[in-house]
Amino acid sequence: MPRWVQTVVFGAVIVILIFFALGLRARGEIQPSTGPAPDFQITSFEGQTIKLSELRGKVVVINFWASWCPPCRDEAPFLERTWRQYKDRGVVFLGVDYVDTETAAKAYLKEFNVTYFNGPDIGSEISRKYRIKGVPETYFVGKDGNLAGNVLGPIANNSSFMTERQFIQKLEELLAK
Amino acid sequence: MRSKIENRESKILFALLIALVIAGWLFAAPVYAQGPNIDDEVNRIAKGLYCPVCPNTPLDVCNTQACIDWRADIKKMIQEGKSEAQIRDSFVARFGPQVLGAPPAEGFNWLAYVMIPAVILLGAVIVWYTMKAWLVKRTPGTVPGDAPEIPPEYAERIEKELKEL
Repeated sequence: MPRWVQTVVFGAVIVILIFFALGLRARGEIQPSTGPAPDFQITSFEGQTIKLSELRGKVVVINFWASWCPPCRDEAPFLERTWRQYKDRGVVFLGVDYVDTETAAKAYLKEFNVTYFNGPDIGSEISRKYRIKGVPETYFVGKDGNLAGNVLGPIANNSSFMTERQFIQKLEELLAK
Repeated sequence: MRSKIENRESKILFALLIALVIAGWLFAAPVYAQGPNIDDEVNRIAKGLYCPVCPNTPLDVCNTQACIDWRADIKKMIQEGKSEAQIRDSFVARFGPQVLGAPPAEGFNWLAYVMIPAVILLGAVIVWYTMKAWLVKRTPGTVPGDAPEIPPEYAERIEKELKEL
């Protein structure tokens, strides 16, 4: 076999192995819970734009949700209630609406009387940055801009992911830091 | 003679007419009294899109609330007069390229399209060179069937010596 064919075969095998390894790595990636919070910019349904990195110095709660997601409904009243309780203490809530239609999303926000910042995740870019596997998922960002944990399920009193009490404790911890 | 030619021409014309009628019947677009059913149109477009939250499920057969909402969205866009391409682009812009059945052939995605034919081509080249190497190894005289003919004088001598044994 000519040398050039051997070189091409060798090169092709290496490329295939690299792709295979990258694919396996991507499949094994989990949601981040520590380190610098992936930065993003989001525009609310009302047209207001916020950049996460500009919120440095505040505790940020990023909540991924969708109107078609039943467990999101379980935590929605609690999140709104807590936001109202903590909004004057340097806590910012960001609702990121994942693969949803605007009409259904707005109806959901109206139904639960949600007043904190909410916007659609255009092109699922924020969801990809946080590698979310579903909704709801919630991420805590400390005053230093670093991730301070995540909740990969609903926040509710009967939830195995995080109870309402644990959520409040987490906010207090982050505010105290 | 003249009438024979005219008769032949009229036969050809008749055959062409019949062929035209059959072709028209075969290739004519369906005619709707009030245009095509919009739900069929929604399903046709939805078939080419995938539910972003339920893997490998086309939008036309997915029954989750999200898919129902998205189909309603497609219907709304059709009613607004948007083309299929515009609807697809709108879905990609809002939900990302994972809503498409196949990645768009641009940038890094080209590799997905090039890789398989390239591997097949490479395999063919390897097979060709391997076969060629095998054929080259079969040099004359190494295989019984390919043995060269023995000159008659040598054959006679061998026969003679064998008899003397």
